[in-house]
Amino acid sequence: MYSFEPTEEQRMLIDAVQRYAINDLRNAAHDADESGELPQTLVEKGWELGVLQASVPEAYGGFGEHSAVTGVLAAEELAYGDPAGALAVMAPATYALPVLLAGSEAQKAALLPPVIGDTWKPYTAAFIEPDFDFYAGDMRTKARKEGQGFVIDGVKAMVPFADRAQGMVTYAALDGKPQAFVLPPKAEGVTVGEREKLLGLGALPAYRVQFESVRLGQEAWLGSSPTNDAAPLIAASHVATAALAVGLSRAAHLYALNYAKEREVFGAPIAQKQSIAFMLAEMAIEIEAIRLLVWEAAWLLDTGKDAARAAYLALSGAADMAMMVTDRAVQVLGGHGYIREHPVERWYRTGRGIPTFPGLAMV
Amino acid sequence: MISFEMPEKIQQTVTLMTMVAENMMRPVARHFDEHEHEIPWDYINFMHDANKQMGGGGFVPSSEKPKKSESGEPKKEGPRIGYQRLAYSAEVLSWGDTGLYLCSPVGLLGAAAVAATGTPEQKARFLTRFGGDKPVLDAMALTEPHAGSAMPAMVRTTAVRDGDTWVLNGEKIFVTAGHKALVDTQGFVVVWATIDPSAGRAGVRPFVVEAGTPGCAVTKLEHKLGIRASDTASVVLQDCRIPFENILGSPQVEKKTTEGFKGAMATFDASRPMVAASALGVARATLEMLKEFLAQKGITVRYGLPRSRMTNIERELIDMEVMLRSTWLLVLKSVWMMDEKKPNNLEASMGKVRAGDAVVKITQKAVELLGPVGYSREHLLEKWFRDAKINDLYEGTGQINRLIVARRMLGYGRTELS
Repeated sequence: MYSFEPTEEQRMLIDAVQRYAINDLRNAAHDADESGELPQTLVEKGWELGVLQASVPEAYGGFGEHSAVTGVLAAEELAYGDPAGALAVMAPATYALPVLLAGSEAQKAALLPPVIGDTWKPYTAAFIEPDFDFYAGDMRTKARKEGQGFVIDGVKAMVPFADRAQGMVTYAALDGKPQAFVLPPKAEGVTVGEREKLLGLGALPAYRVQFESVRLGQEAWLGSSPTNDAAPLIAASHVATAALAVGLSRAAHLYALNYAKEREVFGAPIAQKQSIAFMLAEMAIEIEAIRLLVWEAAWLLDTGKDAARAAYLALSGAADMAMMVTDRAVQVLGGHGYIREHPVERWYRTGRGIPTFPGLAMV
Repeated sequence: MISFEMPEKIQQTVTLMTMVAENMMRPVARHFDEHEHEIPWDYINFMHDANKQMGGGGFVPSSEKPKKSESGEPKKEGPRIGYQRLAYSAEVLSWGDTGLYLCSPVGLLGAAAVAATGTPEQKARFLTRFGGDKPVLDAMALTEPHAGSAMPAMVRTTAVRDGDTWVLNGEKIFVTAGHKALVDTQGFVVVWATIDPSAGRAGVRPFVVEAGTPGCAVTKLEHKLGIRASDTASVVLQDCRIPFENILGSPQVEKKTTEGFKGAMATFDASRPMVAASALGVARATLEMLKEFLAQKGITVRYGLPRSRMTNIERELIDMEVMLRSTWLLVLKSVWMMDEKKPNNLEASMGKVRAGDAVVKITQKAVELLGPVGYSREHLLEKWFRDAKINDLYEGTGQINRLIVARRMLGYGRTELS
């Protein structure tokens, strides 16, 4: 049976996350983007909302069950506040959820409790590679079997908190298929390079990371058999990124809408002109349609059905939506949209990154 | 709880309608495209019999059917999915053929207006006929020669009370299935007229005019770009006298408010999702055929690639799939809201805008990508390209629906945004 209504529990979570997103993340976003630093207290406060903790069963230190739909609803709200802040708060999920979803019982018991503590800790994942045609199905970072373990070589880009990571999941191709591996902190052969300078996400400290003959034991591999590749994790990441795009687009749309009702031209608010009103209407329609596509993909993930294609399509639609909506948000503000006092130029820069961001978030 | 699980009953409807579409529609689609105004009796009779066997409820959701509790709050027995089923039926039958779908004798736009705004007595009088011995069609008459989208406010057709009757005068154009409703079968047309021309929109009401009513005549059939199996009629009302009880909504004009008018407009909240669903049936048919043609040449879509590694055809097909599925979910949400008795005015127009855009873009792209094959009348793609465009025009153009979305969103009325 179809339903488009979150549960009471989800509604409460959404409300709490939204309050934090608007009152905390949004207010800090401008300065954080300019200075390149998110206040630690801000991230801690986001962590206390318990989004990830609620996705991890009690046995591993959490207090709930994993649900991609709930994850999507929360990610949407966080990104509505500030996508960079959202990625910082959710970074530990890119480490914990692959363990939870693909790990063995022993891996879960050993690796999850340290992450799911009272405080936010820098756990992260290395996914993206620095090539124009980077494709998760054809990674240039390679893993090969050696003895009882693996050896990893390659370069990863845009790894959040890599300089201080207490644990890192890294993705590499093993026999041509993407696989996830867990790295301990300061593993030998791992070199954290310069902090990345990016078009957007200025507040998120992300680094280039090099892997040179990094030797890992069998227990580092998150997969019970060679056919068990990282595809479901990649799908979860596509959906998470698409949810960020929805939240970001909702923010840009509402900001432009409110501006259009205030700003006057020829004696009337610009929102009263069809050229502006229709742009705003089309933005809203686009967001609503793609949002449902993202929800459906998340729901498919939760049912355990093959969600890879739906997740990919959701991300594809979300990427176009984010670009369309953020571009128009800047346009509605006219010259003022180009000034960094208003957040729309920041969302415009962030919106362009959506197709590149998978790997930075997970639901 | 958010869920995208298709209910068993809807699955059955889809299976059944798909058989009808494949066997009764696709094989004759080209014929009725090339023989405009010929009446597809085989399809009409088949649908009528099938409808009767299934209880004669036709396309009116059970929650809106006569004989149920008067309070409008039917007893709770499982989730209501009536409008969702209807949307699926519209989608699948239009996947078969939109023009033929519009000839379905099961209660479409006129019946939707009665279902949305009629009293229990009116529903009993007008809706039970779809389960009678002979097939019956219905229609909606809104547009007039001088005005389309601005219509309800600018209506010139008048209804004057005379004792226990109304006397209607005026001319309506673009009445979908008007000839079949008034001439070929004993159906009815819902005619919009004003009971007080000085009251503007507040005076406008829908009236039911039954086939055979003296003073009501079909004067013209249009020749169209597409959906040619469906007649598009002009209807002239000349001192056309109908019973007083045939008014839908309040016979009083509340000068200060437009409540009576707004109630009548609720019919569009039910009908726009159906048009959107119908549009998406054509879009799905087109995308499926396009993929089949490409597959014959060994071209299939590789999912998961970044755009830098895709072919142009892959990118186009993926964009079409995204457009189709996301728009379908939007339409599905708008009918789910109907079933849940939630106001869906905004969502109905959103779905209508995007479905009109989607089907037009998808059919245009399909004909373009297949070149001479797409352009040839040997295949149905060029027909669907022609059929598709109506969805961005009728039941409110894309522009008028954008206006509705914009007003809703901005909290504006007609004075602030027109």
